[in-house]
Amino acid sequence: MGSIHLNQVARFCGGAPALITYQPAHAERVLLLPSLQVEKSKSKREKNEQGKRERKMGWIGETMDSIRSLQIRQVLNQAVSLGMIVTSALIIWKGLMCITGSESPVVVVLSGSMEPGFKRGDILFLHMSKDPIRAGEIVVFNVDGREIPIVHRVIKVHERQDTGEVDVLTKGDNNFGDDRLLYAHGQLWLQKHHIMGRAVGFLPYVGWVTIIMTEKPIIKYVLIGALGLLVITSKE
Amino acid sequence: MHSFGYRANALLTFGVTILAILCAFASLSDNLNVPNPSAHVQVLSINWFQKQPNGNDEVSLTLNVSADLQSMFTWNTKQVFVFLAAEYETPQNSLNQVSLWDGIIPSKEHAKFWTHTATKYRFIDQGSNLRGKEFNLTLHWHVMPKTGKMFADKIVMTGYRLPDEYR
Repeated sequence: MGSIHLNQVARFCGGAPALITYQPAHAERVLLLPSLQVEKSKSKREKNEQGKRERKMGWIGETMDSIRSLQIRQVLNQAVSLGMIVTSALIIWKGLMCITGSESPVVVVLSGSMEPGFKRGDILFLHMSKDPIRAGEIVVFNVDGREIPIVHRVIKVHERQDTGEVDVLTKGDNNFGDDRLLYAHGQLWLQKHHIMGRAVGFLPYVGWVTIIMTEKPIIKYVLIGALGLLVITSKE
Repeated sequence: MHSFGYRANALLTFGVTILAILCAFASLSDNLNVPNPSAHVQVLSINWFQKQPNGNDEVSLTLNVSADLQSMFTWNTKQVFVFLAAEYETPQNSLNQVSLWDGIIPSKEHAKFWTHTATKYRFIDQGSNLRGKEFNLTLHWHVMPKTGKMFADKIVMTGYRLPDEYR
């Protein structure tokens, strides 16, 4: 509200000196008083009209006013705070990548193949450590020729004696058969390099935000636009 | 300062913070639970034991699995995934884990169970090493929470042995 406030103060200041100049001459007061009152009431009327106009223009007018009256310092301030928001989000994401060792530390479950454990829209936290993969763990893996990674449980592990390489077979808890049908043609086992991480934590429902935004991009743009406008127009 | 948007924002932030704290506490409270599960597995019979055309050994077993996992369940437990795996070592592989049977326990009432079952997944080796092979049967369980960290543990049962000849 800062800038509108300033406008009003300026208007009052403009009116005040006129009042003061009439003050010292006592004798003339009687004579001048009516004219003063006229002056006063005129200014009041003006103000009312101004108010009406402002009310008519409403929110858009106020916003336009506030944008017009932005100071360079304020613009810089907002640019810096916007930059802070963006960079801190980036820092958190990259930090999580470092801590978890996985290139995507948080994934959203898109299918019901792990129900009733994980439903569509749940969030999984991944961890990728040097520990070998063992049966029963829930892993996120990429299959060659498939864009979207899959979250399923390991049911078979064969670890080589000499090289330590692992052959892994997965299956969704809710699926009837194992995942060989999902793998690339002719692929029987997953290797270490297919696996992006193992699920260590779980948070229900939160992923719906992402799913809705991916499937209805218009909502995403509206949201980003509204937030951007809010950042630009917000004061203090 | 006290516009509708400002108040809605404050309310939302407060609500989300409280929810996050509650979730964290629910997950942390799982650490207070000290489970004492028990399990017993018996191999009743060998249904078939053969070498597949591609050279891998394959066995089908009939098992008797009984377990009491009731102490796994806390107020933050959504389900317990339980599975039985055959674990053994071969000259080629330092570890082989083959899941034979699994199940989902949805609630504490179902956590003390007894089942008589044939192997749900085929017990297939990578190669032909199963004749006369000694193996462990391990009952694994993965506790899936309503929110937070997942837990896993196992009971290893030793001293199982496959026959020396195919049948």
